[in-house]
Amino acid sequence: MASGIRDRVAILGMGCSRFGERWNADAEDLMVEAFTEAQQDAGIETSDIGMAWFGSGYEEFNVGKSAVPAATALRLESIPVTRVENYCASGTEAFRGAVYAVAAGACDIALAVGAEKLKDTGYGGLPQRTRGRVNDLYWASISAPGTFAQLAAAYRTKHGIAAPELKRAMAHISVKSHDNGSLNPKAHLRNKIDIDTVMNAPIVAEPLGLFDCCGVSDGAAAAVVTTPEIARSLGKTDLVSVKAIQLAVSNGVEAQYRTWDCTHFATTRVAAKRAYEEAGITNPREQLDMIEVHDCFSITELVTMEDLHISPEGGAVTDVLDGFYDADGSIPCQIDGGLKCFGHPIGASGLRMLYEMYLQLTGRAGDRQLEREPVFGLTHNLGGQPHSNVCSVAIVGRYDA
Amino acid sequence: MTEPVVGITAFGAYVPSFRLSREEIADAHRWVNPGLRSLARSERSVCGWDEDAITMAVEAGRDALRPAGGTAIARLFFASTTLPYADHLNAAVVAGALGLSEQVGATDVTGSLRAGTSALLAACDAAVAGGEPALCIAADRRAAAATTGQELTFGHAAAAVVVGPGPGVAKLVGRASLTADFVDHFRASGREFDYPWEDRWVREEGYHKLVPKLVGAVLKRAGVAAADISAFCLPTTARNLDRSVAKRIGIPEESVQDQITAGCGDSGAAHPVLLLVHALQRADPGDLILVIGFGQGGDALLFRAGEELAELRSHGAGVTKWLERRIPCSYPRYLVLNDMVKVDRGMRAETDKGSGLTAAWRHRDLLLGLGGGRCEACGTYQIPRSKICVNPDCRRVETQTPHSFADSTGLVASWSADNLTFTPDPPAYYGMIDFEEGGRLMMDFADVQPDSVEVGTRMRMVFRVKDYDTVRGFTRYFWKARPTMEAA
Repeated sequence: MASGIRDRVAILGMGCSRFGERWNADAEDLMVEAFTEAQQDAGIETSDIGMAWFGSGYEEFNVGKSAVPAATALRLESIPVTRVENYCASGTEAFRGAVYAVAAGACDIALAVGAEKLKDTGYGGLPQRTRGRVNDLYWASISAPGTFAQLAAAYRTKHGIAAPELKRAMAHISVKSHDNGSLNPKAHLRNKIDIDTVMNAPIVAEPLGLFDCCGVSDGAAAAVVTTPEIARSLGKTDLVSVKAIQLAVSNGVEAQYRTWDCTHFATTRVAAKRAYEEAGITNPREQLDMIEVHDCFSITELVTMEDLHISPEGGAVTDVLDGFYDADGSIPCQIDGGLKCFGHPIGASGLRMLYEMYLQLTGRAGDRQLEREPVFGLTHNLGGQPHSNVCSVAIVGRYDA
Repeated sequence: MTEPVVGITAFGAYVPSFRLSREEIADAHRWVNPGLRSLARSERSVCGWDEDAITMAVEAGRDALRPAGGTAIARLFFASTTLPYADHLNAAVVAGALGLSEQVGATDVTGSLRAGTSALLAACDAAVAGGEPALCIAADRRAAAATTGQELTFGHAAAAVVVGPGPGVAKLVGRASLTADFVDHFRASGREFDYPWEDRWVREEGYHKLVPKLVGAVLKRAGVAAADISAFCLPTTARNLDRSVAKRIGIPEESVQDQITAGCGDSGAAHPVLLLVHALQRADPGDLILVIGFGQGGDALLFRAGEELAELRSHGAGVTKWLERRIPCSYPRYLVLNDMVKVDRGMRAETDKGSGLTAAWRHRDLLLGLGGGRCEACGTYQIPRSKICVNPDCRRVETQTPHSFADSTGLVASWSADNLTFTPDPPAYYGMIDFEEGGRLMMDFADVQPDSVEVGTRMRMVFRVKDYDTVRGFTRYFWKARPTMEAA
């Protein structure tokens, strides 16, 4: 019986590029920026890396297909390199590949790198693209905000919440993330905003306004992983280890069957449960010290608080408005600014979240370092649409915990 | 001469929801064409961006077939002067969306505003020859150049009539055609707009001379006096032209049918059929209904209403119900939705999805018929159909039989109004539709106004343009969800 990967793999080093509208940088430049930092942090040579995984989402607008662009940009030494794409979970998928390789004993040191170049489209928002030959024939003319916005309509109805009240809780989420992001020198958006600005912003997709939507950014992030034993042999102390990585992928039940009520993420509920089990966490509301969730839209973050089994069902609005997830709250959420402000270069986002957890766990988060000494941090990615998606949940923590 | 016994067994209509104020058009053009004020009464109908002759024909066809369904139809004649395709049988799209049998004969009828009546005659002939029901649908989405009178007089609409062997609810008692190359207007292939000749000449040499000749022939053949005509359906846009023609023939003035100017307008090849349907809706048993299609001469069909008409009428509310349902459309919005002005559609509109004809053929049942499946093992409905049942407690393989959701109603489970995604008519409304029998699909919405949808709104399915492949000139069709008559 498989026992999971808890504490079998440690993070040796991490790196993250500055996120934002990097007009003068190619995806390759961003990868090198993140990789160089990770490599120096890990204290290794390129020749020490045995295998690598590369995550990217929009290959059409990014670097093209395959792992060749990553292997070439980083001048990896003809090692096995795999490109992974799984919607917005692509970065975490790259991490999962690297971690599994080390856990399996296939190599000593593995690299995960994620990168996305989104700002070569000429317009705001995510790139418009084909959904596939058959899907293009019958899929609704969806955009990301238009599908995620639907959570709000269904959530309001199910829980009997008035539209302005839900909108106010959503606004609190964005204001909080801007506050957090203002302290992060690598963040895309570093301005503080107020509730009224969010409430009165132009509507992108009813009821999501401009400030309910995350930044669309260029960026890259990287992780070097190894076994705890090798990490120690390389002189590392205060190890951060991987406690769990779980993935849940929609199988059409939400989209086609009527058991899902359109108010939440069925996959997140499953992936979170599995991750807690793998990590040995029995009470996430008490045991988690910080979380980085996939706040592509404010409503996504709100319902995710329930899907991670932290807020009770229907209780996220209260928790959010009570400041439970604020920087000085019980479980700070998006302490680095989140997708909302750090930015959302698709393939890099999962690794960016882990980067923040790693910095916080090793006490290197600068101005935004949490006062408490965190033990467990959770990251969460949600790619696709509420009715059809990929969800990843990873938990990292102090190796001795 | 004895006419073979053939009659109307069902009828229906469709008028798009958008309404354009004629006064607003006239006001916009006062500086250049102040004479338009004389036409500035009431509203005309306008297609949404996702409607054309095919989609309107499908709605009219569904309206006509609603009580009985279309499986018995042996022949389809689809008339229009604005067929979306020059080569690609437009009637085949209509037949597919109506769920007609694969054995149905399908014909496009075009080339003149009399195409509607010519199609109706052809349907009668086919019903007699084949001894099986035939369906005639006429639909037109004519474009008019800005500042012309046509911009105000034209409307967009469709009408459908099923004819079959036997007297039906209105028996064909006379028919005549007259063919003469009288060119009151024309539109060359590939041209956008009609080129009309002086209306005084059209009145005097055309309508006043050719129509009496045509009507004389049909009355003689039927052995009926002009004075006995109870409903005279002659589409005209010039004021009182229908009355002056009737007077010349001896048809009572009170028999001249309303042109459905208010709320609709002249729907081209569809209009004689639309007037016929409108007349059938109000006719009493024994009434004689004369319908004329004018164009390079014309066609005349004379029907006598039977006793069963009243019962059939109760199945639908006729043209009136479509007229009552209206969404105001400003003149600038009309210009954009009908591609009459050059607008910036944004970079998101540039995405080329191609036209996957192989994929479309494989999925024709889904695309044309909103076809999904029902699991024979567990009874679960789902769309699209799949090899393995979606029910987590079933998961059986190859157990699904086809099931169409086209005539299903559904409830909105979630929705949004999206200003980001490309649509010619923003915002794009779409959401999750839960079908009454089970199954759900994330669908585009059609004809939605602000505040007309919420979670729980009842929706019916409508066949619409999904998008236009402007690079190759291909129109993709699919089904959308629209608030039901009762809901909006």
